[in-house]
Amino acid sequence: LAELLFWPVLLLYGEAAVGYFGEARRPGSAGRAATWGVRLGWLAQTALLAVQAAREDGFPWGTWAGSLNLFVWLVVGIYLIWGCRGAYRLLGLAVMPLAAVLLVVARAGGGTGIGTRSSYSNLFLVLHVGLVLVAFAGFTLASALSGLYLWQERRLKRRTTTILRRPAPSLATLDRLAARTVFFSLPPLTLGIAVGIERLVDRGERIDALVVATLVTWGVWVAYLVLRTLGWSGRRAAYLALAGFALVILVRLALPAVHFS
Amino acid sequence: MHLVLVGTSHHHAPVELRERVALDVEKARGVARDLGEAVCLSTCNRTELYVVAADAADAERHAVATLAALEPEVEHALYRLRDQAAALHLFRVAAGLDSLVPGEGEILGQVRAAYEAGTPGFLLDRVFRQALHAGRKVRAQTAIGESPASVSSAAAALAEQVFGKLDGCRILLIGAGKVGEQAARNLRTRGAEIALVANSKTGAEEIQRELGRVDVVVSSTTASGYLLDAATVEGARNGRQLLFIDLAVPRDLDPEIHELDGCYLYDIDDLQAIVSETLAGRRSEAVRAESIVATEAEKFHEWQASLDVVPAIASLRARAEEIREAELRKAEGLLGRLDDGERKAVESITAQIVNKLLHLPTVRMKQAAVSADGVIYAEAVRHLFGLGEDERH
Repeated sequence: LAELLFWPVLLLYGEAAVGYFGEARRPGSAGRAATWGVRLGWLAQTALLAVQAAREDGFPWGTWAGSLNLFVWLVVGIYLIWGCRGAYRLLGLAVMPLAAVLLVVARAGGGTGIGTRSSYSNLFLVLHVGLVLVAFAGFTLASALSGLYLWQERRLKRRTTTILRRPAPSLATLDRLAARTVFFSLPPLTLGIAVGIERLVDRGERIDALVVATLVTWGVWVAYLVLRTLGWSGRRAAYLALAGFALVILVRLALPAVHFS
Repeated sequence: MHLVLVGTSHHHAPVELRERVALDVEKARGVARDLGEAVCLSTCNRTELYVVAADAADAERHAVATLAALEPEVEHALYRLRDQAAALHLFRVAAGLDSLVPGEGEILGQVRAAYEAGTPGFLLDRVFRQALHAGRKVRAQTAIGESPASVSSAAAALAEQVFGKLDGCRILLIGAGKVGEQAARNLRTRGAEIALVANSKTGAEEIQRELGRVDVVVSSTTASGYLLDAATVEGARNGRQLLFIDLAVPRDLDPEIHELDGCYLYDIDDLQAIVSETLAGRRSEAVRAESIVATEAEKFHEWQASLDVVPAIASLRARAEEIREAELRKAEGLLGRLDDGERKAVESITAQIVNKLLHLPTVRMKQAAVSADGVIYAEAVRHLFGLGEDERH
């Protein structure tokens, strides 16, 4: 069943990604179709996760590929909060292609099937993996908002004549939403890291490269919030958010081999 | 009954002529009352009389005479349309497709007001309701009215692209040019407030002080040089994001301001380029809108055509029902032995037989009505079933 559910999810996310490209070229029906693709795809992925949870004894997303599957679901879920509104449809152009690609990577790693096992305890996995993934999903959305900010700012600077035919959310709104999303995403990351470090200390294990990279990522997002209180906003803040996102991707994709067992 | 339209618009008459036949709501109400079943639509771009009458030529003459009484010269600039063509015209007007600026939104409200002030009967009621529906549908399903069509509204829309909702946004208005005032008015209608109106007596220091407090600067003076340069703006704005609208020729604001981080400067050419683009967009949306309007006009035509056969259909059904009831009465002796349930079953079966027999002729007559054969079919049905003969004999 999990196998059967994977393909509709991928198909619908793919349709949404293509639809958002169409929306960017000509606003209208393509954007509406894309939004429905996101909604139905997310529901299908929810069903996929439910099937995985029902078939497994413990936490089903403990492997790096499984956690990637959960991560995609969280990202799309948080995107849906804004994505259904017409003005934020273009945000889907940043989110949905990424979601589709990551889902394929998750499947390649076996994260969308049944029978993946982790040596960690369920409570630890729920707290550590769950909290870190929620935070990373939030940072991904904040970065997408920042990307949209830079695109909109570029259009204003270039005095693009089509700017009012294809309006996007205002610069002020994008800037504010990105900051708010980071503000709510940082506490889960802090807690998730604390749970992981507590376990390392308990077991007397050594800090690996992924832990270091995650701490650096945490530091960048803390700096983002601190600098904003010191007056950073707009373009500089958007670039910093994208730098933080690059680290999120690095942690998610490049280093799991040294961390998961 | 025929729908007759007589009117003039910006396509046919210059403003000097249109203003002489323009009517306010009360006068329009009076004109409609005098014409019988009529609606008078009068805006700055058009004055049109929609009249329903059995004699179309007579109604047209009356309508022309009414407008000519206001201004004899207008007679040469009048258009005259009837039935489907008149309905299609009204639908296009309500959708903003006949407006000076395609898709302008005000016309829909004006059509509604004219309809409410008129004296519509069932036909005018139907055509105006359907026109309002068509207008709303065009606005909902196309982007024809979404983008600004003037420099001043484009300036306000740009401000929304930077700041979002303009509630609480502060404007510095430099100079009192007409276009500048229009831009400021547009910004104010969206919630912004004017912090300072600077003129030739306002000191440079005061303007610089305001730069640190405002969000939008609109300038339209006749000064020969730049009033603000990039260095002054950078020093005075306190890191604020600023939108500059320079509507003056020669320009008031140094183009280098646009290079500052968080500053956006648009001059009159930039705004006109944006307006041209949005108008081009409206024209491309107008193609889609025309198809929606044509569909709605076709629906109205079908409805109007069906009016020719409705009396014949009603008579035919009444006749059939009369026969059914008469036959049941004749069989009263046999039916009297049936209990209530069986009696109801017999009544139901006979009613179903009548309905099934008449269903196809009814559908075919309505279809024929659309293709203009309705009257022939109606006459044939009346003749074949002897409808109305009792009254005649």
